[in-house]
Amino acid sequence: MSSGSLPPGMKIRDPGFPTQRENYLTNSKGVLSWMFTLDHKRIGVMYLIGISVAFAVAGFLALGIRWHLFLPDGMLFRNPQTGNDTYNQVFTLHGAIMVFLFIIPSVPAALGNFLVPIMLGAKDVAFPRLNLCSFYLWVFGAVFFICALCASGLDTGWTFYTPYSTTTNSSVILATSGAFVLGFSSIFTGLNFIVTINTMRPPGMTWFRMPLFLWATYSTSIIQVLATPVLGITLLLLIAERVMHIGIFDPEFNGDPVTFQHFFWFYSHPAVYIMILPAFGIISDLVSVHSHKHIFGYRFIAYSSLAIALLSFIVWGHHMFTSGMSPLTTIIFSALTFSVSIPSAIKVFNWLATMYKGSISLTTPMCYTITFIFLFTIGGLTGLHLGTLATDMHLHDTYFVVAHFHYVMVGGTVVAFLGGLFHWWPKMFGKMYSEFGGRLSCLLVFLGFNLTFLPQFVLGSRGMPRRYATYDPEFAYLHQMSTWGATLLGIGLIVAFVVLMRSLIRGKPAPANPWGGATLEWHCTSPPPYYNFERPPLVGDPYDFHDLRWDEENERYVTIEPEREIVPREIPDEVTVQANKDH
Amino acid sequence: MSAHGHSDDGHDFAHPMPIPVLLAVFVALTILTIITVAQSNFSFGGIDVIIVMVIATIKATLVAAFFMHLAYDKPFNQLLFVGSFVFVGLFVIFTIGDSQMTSGDFIPVDDAVPAVVESAPMAGAE
Amino acid sequence: MATTEASSETAHEDHGHDHDHPAFLAHHFDTPEQQFDSGKLGIWLFLVTEVLFFSGMFCAYAMFRALRPDVFEGCSQFLNTKLGAINTGVLLFSSLTMAWAVRCAQTEDHKTLTGMLAATLSCAMVFLGVKAIEYSHKWGMGLLPAGLFFYDPNNQHPTAEQLELIGFGSFGVSFLQNALFYICAPFAIGLIGVVIWLVVSLVNGRKFQVAVAKPLTVVFVFFFVGVGLGRILESGESHDSHDSHAVAHVDGHDAHQAGDHASDQHAGDAHAADSHSTDPPAGDHDSHGSPVEDGGELAVLERLAAEKTNTGLQDDLAARQRQSAVASGAIVHSDEITSTIETVPEEVLTPSRAGVFFSIYYCMTGVHAIHIIGGIIVLIWLLVRSVRQDFNRQYFGPVDYVGLYWHLVDLIWIYLFPLLYLIR
Repeated sequence: MSSGSLPPGMKIRDPGFPTQRENYLTNSKGVLSWMFTLDHKRIGVMYLIGISVAFAVAGFLALGIRWHLFLPDGMLFRNPQTGNDTYNQVFTLHGAIMVFLFIIPSVPAALGNFLVPIMLGAKDVAFPRLNLCSFYLWVFGAVFFICALCASGLDTGWTFYTPYSTTTNSSVILATSGAFVLGFSSIFTGLNFIVTINTMRPPGMTWFRMPLFLWATYSTSIIQVLATPVLGITLLLLIAERVMHIGIFDPEFNGDPVTFQHFFWFYSHPAVYIMILPAFGIISDLVSVHSHKHIFGYRFIAYSSLAIALLSFIVWGHHMFTSGMSPLTTIIFSALTFSVSIPSAIKVFNWLATMYKGSISLTTPMCYTITFIFLFTIGGLTGLHLGTLATDMHLHDTYFVVAHFHYVMVGGTVVAFLGGLFHWWPKMFGKMYSEFGGRLSCLLVFLGFNLTFLPQFVLGSRGMPRRYATYDPEFAYLHQMSTWGATLLGIGLIVAFVVLMRSLIRGKPAPANPWGGATLEWHCTSPPPYYNFERPPLVGDPYDFHDLRWDEENERYVTIEPEREIVPREIPDEVTVQANKDH
Repeated sequence: MSAHGHSDDGHDFAHPMPIPVLLAVFVALTILTIITVAQSNFSFGGIDVIIVMVIATIKATLVAAFFMHLAYDKPFNQLLFVGSFVFVGLFVIFTIGDSQMTSGDFIPVDDAVPAVVESAPMAGAE
Repeated sequence: MATTEASSETAHEDHGHDHDHPAFLAHHFDTPEQQFDSGKLGIWLFLVTEVLFFSGMFCAYAMFRALRPDVFEGCSQFLNTKLGAINTGVLLFSSLTMAWAVRCAQTEDHKTLTGMLAATLSCAMVFLGVKAIEYSHKWGMGLLPAGLFFYDPNNQHPTAEQLELIGFGSFGVSFLQNALFYICAPFAIGLIGVVIWLVVSLVNGRKFQVAVAKPLTVVFVFFFVGVGLGRILESGESHDSHDSHAVAHVDGHDAHQAGDHASDQHAGDAHAADSHSTDPPAGDHDSHGSPVEDGGELAVLERLAAEKTNTGLQDDLAARQRQSAVASGAIVHSDEITSTIETVPEEVLTPSRAGVFFSIYYCMTGVHAIHIIGGIIVLIWLLVRSVRQDFNRQYFGPVDYVGLYWHLVDLIWIYLFPLLYLIR
């Protein structure tokens, strides 16, 4: 950038590149320095590795399901005695691993750990040890799942419905213990973020100067803290039920299986929002940065996150319309369910309004963002069919449901997660990836995903039940389409993985601000120093891009700011005044 | 700093509870316990549960307000703790409400078996 | 979980290396007050999770109590109100000492702080001691969760052979019969360990360790004080309850011989409600005593089922009887239940009735007891730190946080006590 274009009295602020000693990845060496690290960024990276492995495992299980369903009588698990049992175990483990080990910790724990303190301008999360502890609880929970897999598998579906889960011979106790432990991992992460956001904000960081990702994380954390303990007690009672038949859920002793479903969904419906809310946060940030335009309706998006978090607690019954709830309860839950669509729609409209007349750069993160908006809208709108009592009676437990929640979970959360990963990858590892490769992966994911799950809507509305190992030949055509789509989706994900891995080896060093983001993480070097900020950073509007200029020469964005004296020892009041002036 | 910029020496964030208050609360709690045990010897019909729960709630409020300093705590912490009961209420009311409308006693009364051989008749009852 | 919570929240002292940072202030906090506020918010959030955690069991309790109030009323008589009341008092007192301990930490009164923490711990131990008596007493009689329930009013203390007949393994039998021993063993080992530690550190003249071991010895002794207290009260009660059990026993026999009152009544109700039904034959209700639609076939069935060996048919018959009873809406429970054990109808004492009550009882009090044990572990950690004089008026957070946790455990017991022990 030629210095001639600088307005008078302004200077370029560029943090440059971190030294070996500052870089959080390299400031201390050895495996132990990672295993016992209290640095939120390193914990985030460890989570990222962990959940990627879980995602890969569960993804291959998904391919196993799809290829088995390639033929009406099953293609993979053909053993006449055990084939169907194997199929049951495969889809159960696919669901359980994806939900408990991947999606729930994906954005909050992996990206959240890395980003929350930096975006906030804090040195670390409030309780670094608790943070490390929750990572190890995650590992511990994963070990339980591996044990369950090795012992005798799990065939209850990820929901552990009684009475089947109290009578089956598979390792329900191991898996539920795993989920119990993972629940505590999730609770501690959420607790940590709430406290961090409440008490660790630097001077000038008011609630409404927080990036929307933080609002989303905050809402998610509220759900994690409020809902997960109920899952804890549910699973504990389920274990007790299996060990000594306490008769709360077990009809053999006068228990009520519908009660189990109430208990379970009181957690698991809010958990759906643990999965999708952080994705909303990512998209809110991405859409603004890559459209180079101030986010439209900041407060509406922020409040709608909170609204979704609170509403999520009063709609759980829509998972149980056909389970034998009383008619009155089903009607109430059906009516309440529609209320969730309001804040969700607010978000989608605001994202579209942000893109409108923005100067959109079709970078990889933006491609994923657009994919997200498209797929999530389909996922959300098909949810209305399932929330409607009358249509749900027909569609319940069919492939329509499968397609619906995959549109939200994969088309929503996973795509947003990938978008966020591509967006913050330069920040996390200091390397730029191949844009072509990134966009190619996005295209493949988009095509593969739709090819997989659009046919499933048709399958479901024609009456193909979910979780079946075999099916009528009339469904074969659509199932085969879906299988090819899943394969294409897998290839797309592998391409994304290869592109990111390749960048670590061959990538150009990333500048501090490759996309032109205005949130605080772009004010530190890429990768950030281990201490995040030398002094409390200057906080402005997170979506005000006026001070950013594109530096053609070095392919980066730089911030211009008025020259200011650096006061030797920061006095909070003065900094606040300055921050206000800037604003 | 939003919540904590005002104290440089940081001395003023401790609020030691006066000992007389602590003792008074303890005495009140003990008396309420005695009352609740005593009332269980008399029958008040259907409002027994209500009486018992009201006494327990008074005790819980005393513990929360004084022993847990909630009366002097930040409004946010008060909101958190009280708010958690709202969610408990949502959970319990919906679940119990539904179970009231659907569940009966699944196993009819005549499984009065000598409990020593409990497993066999239970299997038969399915 | 409580331990990890408190310890990871608070013990940051080893990396506060900035020169203007006091040793107790973690590097990422600016002021002691910020650190305290963060910890406090953290522990409050943790308490919120605890509230919701327990809410599941309260929900189960309310559901089953609404479903079968008579079962809860009757089974509550098995719980010893005196022991429950004593435990309530003990916990309330421990809450007082805990709140006092927080005050001492704030005013830097180290001696009293240690004393108050030791008093809180001792109360916790008394609580567990009394609980040990309550639990072991019930386990021996078979008042267990539904799947294991084997209480028989006619045979309250089954022998080892009878227990094996029910299907318990040899360890299970020995555990049930010597439950008190098994519960006390870890505490006895703990006591012996602490005493040895005390003696060794006395001999070696290690002042700090003596100062820690002394109160801990007292604390562990108090577990056995609790056991003793429970024993005395339980035996006083058990004199009465033996009588009442005896009455129940006699009643049971009467009921069995003359035909179960309640069951007779049901049959009558059913008959009144269902005009298609054949006459309910009175008498032994293994093979007779209930209305079924298809009378002719039934008579054959009944005759076949009268053969003792024909268990399959007997079961089938029993199932039909139940079915018809349900169909006729005859599930009306005797209204004449009063709150004494003698008049609790016998059929309440089955796995799916009393068993479920005891399931809920053990789940609630058991999870509560686990929280007490967790609290004891954290309190011991606090005791060590208080002897080390770690706390001052800018750094009393850990005591305060553990205090809040302890009060919540007390608060839950405040509800558990009337809900379980005082039903009438």
